[in-house]
Amino acid sequence: MTTTDPYAGSRETTEGRVYTVTGGDWDLTFGSGGSGLDGPAEERLVVNMGPQHPSTHGVLRLVLDLEGETVTKARVVIGYLHTGIEKNVEYRTWTQGTTFVTRMDYLAPLFNETGYCLAVEKLLGIEVPERATTIRVLVMELNRIASHLVGLATFGMEMGALTGMTNGFRERELVLDLLEEITGLRMNHAYVRPGGVAQDLPEGIEARIREWLAIMPERVAGFHRLLTGQPIWQRRLRDVGYLDVTGCVALGVTGPILRSAGLPWDLRKVEPYCGYETYDFEVPTADTADAWGRYLVRMAEVNESMKIIEQALDRLRPGPVMVEDKKIAWPAQLSLGADGMGNSLDHVKHIMGQSMEALIHHFKLVTEGFRVPAGQVWTAVESPRGELGFHVVSDGGTRPFRVHVRDPSFTNLQATAAMSEGGMIADVIAAIASIDPVMGGVDR
Amino acid sequence: MTGAFRTGAFGVTGSGDTSGFGGLVRVEPGGAVALHSTDRPYGGWFDEVADALADAVGQATYDAAVRRVLVDRGEITWFVHAAHLLTLLQALRDDDALRFELCSSVSGVDYLDAGGPTGERLHVVYHLTSMTYRRRIRLEVAVTAADPHVPSATRVYPTSDWHERECFDMFGVVFDGHPALTRILMPDDWDGHPQRKDYPLGGVPVEYHDATIPPPDERRSYR
Repeated sequence: MTTTDPYAGSRETTEGRVYTVTGGDWDLTFGSGGSGLDGPAEERLVVNMGPQHPSTHGVLRLVLDLEGETVTKARVVIGYLHTGIEKNVEYRTWTQGTTFVTRMDYLAPLFNETGYCLAVEKLLGIEVPERATTIRVLVMELNRIASHLVGLATFGMEMGALTGMTNGFRERELVLDLLEEITGLRMNHAYVRPGGVAQDLPEGIEARIREWLAIMPERVAGFHRLLTGQPIWQRRLRDVGYLDVTGCVALGVTGPILRSAGLPWDLRKVEPYCGYETYDFEVPTADTADAWGRYLVRMAEVNESMKIIEQALDRLRPGPVMVEDKKIAWPAQLSLGADGMGNSLDHVKHIMGQSMEALIHHFKLVTEGFRVPAGQVWTAVESPRGELGFHVVSDGGTRPFRVHVRDPSFTNLQATAAMSEGGMIADVIAAIASIDPVMGGVDR
Repeated sequence: MTGAFRTGAFGVTGSGDTSGFGGLVRVEPGGAVALHSTDRPYGGWFDEVADALADAVGQATYDAAVRRVLVDRGEITWFVHAAHLLTLLQALRDDDALRFELCSSVSGVDYLDAGGPTGERLHVVYHLTSMTYRRRIRLEVAVTAADPHVPSATRVYPTSDWHERECFDMFGVVFDGHPALTRILMPDDWDGHPQRKDYPLGGVPVEYHDATIPPPDERRSYR
């Protein structure tokens, strides 16, 4: 034990010897007298942010090379939330696949489900009933608003605007209440199924959605009052995380980031699915290509989604919500009983008391599942974060042979380096917040 | 059409044994269909793209590069040789008549049982999007597990960086020329490539009253 330890000076006290650990070796290592790794003149500092960033984006790690406060190199390390969803799906039936993919991008579960189901339906060569498609559009747009509200909330939190966070989560709660009423769950709904949706809309939901539509514009205006006009908010966001159209396309970036650079690329318009070509809505863009533009684009998209929801409500007509083919549609019509959601009592009576064949059919379809003709397809939907693509391969069996998900967060997060290198370290946070990555989708 | 009309017993093929004791049997997706080539005309804009691609790289290169073309469910797939991949990608991105600016996805698929005599079980699938013409096409490259080398597309499509790392991580496909081909989702010191079909699923035995649950790929299974 030496008392001349450069890192820990010591002194005697009544409690024994006390060491005080200090820094102070900086000049020894990097100063003029030192033999630093990069020579005496360079003040290169490597900072490790994460793996647990204090935000709701999930577990992300950044390795930043700094010169002073300027970022010279930014590397992103991911994989901390990898749960092997793509592999797991290969050992479940096609219908069970929905319950897995819904857990990837947990802020946009209904987009995951719909994208996957569109792929399975394309493989099967079936078309879902019109009411089911309208319900899908309805829940997807509700989900887009919920997702953007969380995006805005975490954006606010990361910039230090905590009221933005509390307000964002408060408004999102209203959407989650509606989704809970429709699907039974706040998140991870497994509501959209191959062939349609799990169950019809509950009674009276249309009126409640319209009530919510009536109060939302005021809540959105509240965001504008709170953040948009605020000088600090503007100065933190303007000219930060710049990425133009060329950069976006080269890096595969889609969604609000690409639209903030001025390209109105929205799969709902350019490659319509679920009948989006029949809805009247705009694709908001900005020309600033920075975090400020992305904020404005997301705010405007909330308004556009409300327009779509209103139109979807108007065109809801009674009808089936699942294909008629009993070899695909799950036999039990779910209904709400005294003890919660479950098989309808009529159905239970039918299979337990009346028809042996119905019981066998129910059992076979639920345990074994249906077969999907062999082949491969690609489907893509416009999730709140960009192009959410599904590459689904079938070998003709009752389970997917391969499901690859092109998650927009995964691809967009690659732009971190391009957005933050050369900027200040504080702007890295703004840049990543403007990407709005969800690590559950990135790592899958 | 809503739904489809079918007859016959549910899911019965072959012997009609639906007890589930048949085990896990997999065939190549599409069987003979997947190995089948679609003849010209492909229909729609598919012919336009095929002609433009042949013009851009030269008919001789096109013939040497393309193994077969398959049109299925309104999507077109070029099965190409790995050696010519970059030539094709460069032309697809840059040619005025093609303009596939966006590489949407690079994914791997392991056709374990369908490798055939050449054993080209590992497929790398590129989904390209033309934002100018609003078209999507698919390119597919097949390599063996013994020599899993595919040229990296990062120089043409920088976005394929992470996609290729994921494909390497999960399938062990080595992308030559990639700037930093390391694992991306699994830990750096992980053994094996988890999404290969012959990757052991571990199967931590679950013991319950003298019974042991085997790993999922060894369980009794329906097909």
